[in-house]
Amino acid sequence: MTQPPPSGRAPPATKDNRQKLFERAMSRQAYAGHALIEVLHTAQELFGHLTPELLREVALKLKLPPSRVLGVATFYNFFSLQPKAEHTAVVCLGTACYVAGAPQLVQALERRRCACAAADADKEAGPARLSVQSARCIGSCGLAPAVVLDGRILPRVSAAQLERELDKIGITA
Amino acid sequence: MSVKTLTINGKTVTGLAGTSLFNTAWEAGIRIPRLCHIGGLSDIGACRLCLVEIEGRPRLHPACMTEVEEGMVVRTESERLHAHRKLIVELLFAEGNHVCAVCVSNGHCELQDLATSLGIDHVRVAYQHPRRPVDASHARFTLDLNRCVFCRRCMRVCDEVEGAHTLDVAGRGAELRLIADLGQSWGTAESCTSCGKCVQVCPTGALFAKGSAVGEMTKNRAFLQYIVTAREKHEWIRK
Repeated sequence: MTQPPPSGRAPPATKDNRQKLFERAMSRQAYAGHALIEVLHTAQELFGHLTPELLREVALKLKLPPSRVLGVATFYNFFSLQPKAEHTAVVCLGTACYVAGAPQLVQALERRRCACAAADADKEAGPARLSVQSARCIGSCGLAPAVVLDGRILPRVSAAQLERELDKIGITA
Repeated sequence: MSVKTLTINGKTVTGLAGTSLFNTAWEAGIRIPRLCHIGGLSDIGACRLCLVEIEGRPRLHPACMTEVEEGMVVRTESERLHAHRKLIVELLFAEGNHVCAVCVSNGHCELQDLATSLGIDHVRVAYQHPRRPVDASHARFTLDLNRCVFCRRCMRVCDEVEGAHTLDVAGRGAELRLIADLGQSWGTAESCTSCGKCVQVCPTGALFAKGSAVGEMTKNRAFLQYIVTAREKHEWIRK
């Protein structure tokens, strides 16, 4: 931690400087209690999930009761208290996507998830390979049915196309 | 401060600008059903039992969150309101696991009293029978989430009067639960001062003193008014 970043842009997060970036995010908000959600966002992006130690630190630095911090962290689906899986698929279950066949996509994803979990059952404990989540509506009804795979939107996707995409990232049946 | 004159249930009443309809009605001797409101704590409009009709407005308004206005014509009782209140209480019963026969607060329970006064003899919606934990880790008190209606009185008294803010709610919807500090068992929560205010304000048997048997848990609500009067008016001698 000797060189300051070249410009105002934050350097990419690495394992070593995450704590520093986290600290900077809080100081940018002047440690204001009302910036709690913003700070939790940054923490989750940097560390992947919110650990009790992180929540305790946020409560301490933002001068908030710990129970309030946990309350907010559990209220929003975006925040996760468990380590995330290697890959995340979010299926939109809004009306348009639902009608266009989202339930079949969920089934296809669940089959793959179970297959992976079964294959990993005898391995050492580690993060799960795939996590399947649903969203009420991602606001892109023109793309129905839509799946967000690792942050990438797959528009008007069929179960077969989805399975090919999963093959590419190594989530095999 | 200006005084507003309004009509509640045909009775002319006055209230200071900025006071809630609920408090103005209460002062005039008009009782509106409620579960989350308790004198001395802030209002959050969570239980919706104090909904009232205001002439000229199509929607119903929670009396605890509505300020008095000049010339308002308010009705606190009507068939429509009664039907709503009845359904709200039935939903509360169906949402948790409220078994009066084995409850420490049987006979001294605000939820039970409400159900009685609204004439509820059965519940028309499906019971959810949720799996909810009981936390008996505290040395003096027990938290039985099965009996919780999430009025948040405990959380508010802990924050606003005791100043500890040990309790809060986490999750949402059916996953809603009461937590202490970072979700650990209550007995290990560092911020808890074991003052017991949360137990006294709890409307049901969700929070109770250890060692109480069925129907033995009576709650002391007067303490809250006492603390608030002492703090705001500097009157420490109880009349």
